[in-house]
Amino acid sequence: MSSPKKCNLPSTSADSVEAEVFSLSASPAELKAAAKKLRRHIVAMTGKAGSGHPGGSLSAVEIVTTLYFKMMRHKPHDPQWPDRDRFILSKGHAAPLLYATLAECGYLPVSELLTLRQMDSFLQGHTDCTITPGVEMSAGALGQGLSFALGVALAGRLNKQDYRIYALLGDGECDEGQVWEAAMASAHFKADNLVAIVDNNGQQIDGWNRDVMNLEPFPAKWQAFGWQVIEVDGHSIPQLTQAFKKAKQIKGQPTVIIAHTVKGKGVSFMENNPDFHGAAPNAIELDLALKELE
Amino acid sequence: MENQDIVVLDADLSRSTMTHFFARELPERFFECGIAEQNMISIAAGLAASGKIPFASTFAVFAPGRCFDQIRMSIAQPQLNVKIVATHGGITVGEDGSSHQSVEDLALICSLPGFTVIVPADAIETAQAVEAAVTTHGPFYIRLCRPKSQLIYNEDYRFKLGKAVTLKKGKDVTIIAIGLMVKEALEAAQNLQGEGIDCRVLNMPTLKPLDQAAIIKATETGAIVTAEEHLEHGGLGSMVARVVVQNQPVPMEMVSLKDSYAKSGKPAELLERYGLTARNIEKAVKSAIKRK
Repeated sequence: MSSPKKCNLPSTSADSVEAEVFSLSASPAELKAAAKKLRRHIVAMTGKAGSGHPGGSLSAVEIVTTLYFKMMRHKPHDPQWPDRDRFILSKGHAAPLLYATLAECGYLPVSELLTLRQMDSFLQGHTDCTITPGVEMSAGALGQGLSFALGVALAGRLNKQDYRIYALLGDGECDEGQVWEAAMASAHFKADNLVAIVDNNGQQIDGWNRDVMNLEPFPAKWQAFGWQVIEVDGHSIPQLTQAFKKAKQIKGQPTVIIAHTVKGKGVSFMENNPDFHGAAPNAIELDLALKELE
Repeated sequence: MENQDIVVLDADLSRSTMTHFFARELPERFFECGIAEQNMISIAAGLAASGKIPFASTFAVFAPGRCFDQIRMSIAQPQLNVKIVATHGGITVGEDGSSHQSVEDLALICSLPGFTVIVPADAIETAQAVEAAVTTHGPFYIRLCRPKSQLIYNEDYRFKLGKAVTLKKGKDVTIIAIGLMVKEALEAAQNLQGEGIDCRVLNMPTLKPLDQAAIIKATETGAIVTAEEHLEHGGLGSMVARVVVQNQPVPMEMVSLKDSYAKSGKPAELLERYGLTARNIEKAVKSAIKRK
C-alpha cells in the first residue's frame, strides 16, 4: 500500500519488457562524462527556468553520479521496485540535479528537463514524489529527509529486505534541530542500512556556514551522536566509491559521509558564490557556463 | 494483530497514550522515538512510503502543533498512509494547564488537504474509527480525550466514515456535537424536551470529509447549534457554518472555546468555567431559535 503515483509522463518503460536492473559497470571515464552531462543539464534547466538552485546542485554532482551510476541497485523502468536501494534527497532544492540524474538513467525523458518549474511540468521547483517517477520523497522543507530515511530503513529491516538507504543532506540544512533528532534516533535504532551524505560545500543562503551558524566541530558532532564518520573529497568519484563500500561493511551503526565540496563546482563564476545558491544563470552566464562545461 | 503491516510510534508518552499495550504485545513493531515529535512524524512517513501502516501517537497539543510542517510535507503533500492518533484533546486534560490543552488542533489538521479527521464520541466509536483508518488508505487524524467518558453507543453501532449519526430526531433545532460534547448535547436535548423544544441531535464523528448532506438536511429545522471542545475559530462550528451559508443559511450558535486559553482545573470545573456544558447548549438553542 504505497502511495499511488500520478505521473502521466510519456512512459519510458515498455510494459511487455521485464524491467532491468540499472547497469553498474560504468568505467571511471564514463562516470566523469556522466557528471559533466549532469552539470550541463543543471545550468541549462535553471537557465531556461529563470530560477532554481544551481549552486547546491552542482556541488553534489559526483555524490549523486556515484550513487546512481555505480553504487545503487535500481530499475529505472520500475521506479517502485520493492528491493531498490533508496536515494532520499533531503536538500530538496537540489531537485535539478536529481531530475537530470533520473533522466540520464531513463526514469524520464531527457526532453522533459527543460520544462523545470513551468506550469504543468512534472518537474516541480522542489521534489514532489507524487508526480515525478524515481523521486522517493517530497522535500523542500529542510531537515525532514533523514527522519524519513530512517523510517524507510526501519521498514526494510522489518520486511527483511536488504536494500540500502542513502540520504543526501546539505550542510546548512544541519542547522535544523530535526536533523539531530534523526541522527540520535538512527544510532539508537542501529540503522546500519542507512547512509547519510552531507554535501559540505560550506555555504548557505546568507553566506558561509561559519558566519551564519557555526556547525563545527562537525565530524565530531556526528561521531558523538553515534555515527561512523567518513570524510572524503566530494568531487572524487573514487573516494566516494570507497566510502560507500566501506559503509556497507559497517554493522550496528549508521554511517555519515561528510563530502567536502565546492558550491557551484564546475562553473568558475558560480564556484563559492552564494549568489548562485538560489538564482539561475542569465542568458549570457548560461552560455559561458555551457562553454566551460564542454 | 491481524494486519502485519501495522506499526506504532510514540514520543515518550506510551503510558499516557496507551500504546504501551501494543509495545508489550508486539515490541518489534513498536518504535519509541523519545521526546522528538517532529522526528517521529517523518519516520512514520518513511515507514508508510515503504508499505507500512504507521500509527503515530502523542498528545493532540504536540501533533499537529509541534510538528505541523512535518505533517504537511511528509504526510499530507504525498498523501501517505500515516495514522496520527492524538490523545488528550481539548481542555479536559485538566490540571496540566494550557500548555497541554489542545484547543487549535482540529483547525490545524483540517486545513491540510486530503486528511481524514475523526473525533469519536466514545470507546465503541473509537475502536471502529481505528479499524476504518486501517482499511482506508491515506492520512488520518483521530482525536481522543483524556477523561473516562460514558458510552454513547451500544455494541450494535456501526461507524460509517464521513457520515453523521442522528442520535435523536427533532424538528425545532439541530444540535451538532463532537467528542465529549455529544453527551452534553443529549442531556440538553432531554432537558429542552421538557420545555417543549424538540431538538434533533447529530454526532459528527468525521470532521473531514464533512457530511454536508446531513448539515444541509439539518437546516430544515431552521436553526443549528454546534458544540465542541475546541476554539470557535476553525473548529466544528466554523466548518458547519461554511456549509450552511453556502447552501441554506439559518441562524447558528456555537458552543465552543472563545478566543483565549484555559487554565488548570478539574475537567468538570473547566467545562463549567469555559461554557461547555449542557446548560450552555440549552441557552444557545434558545437564542438560535429566537433568531429563526
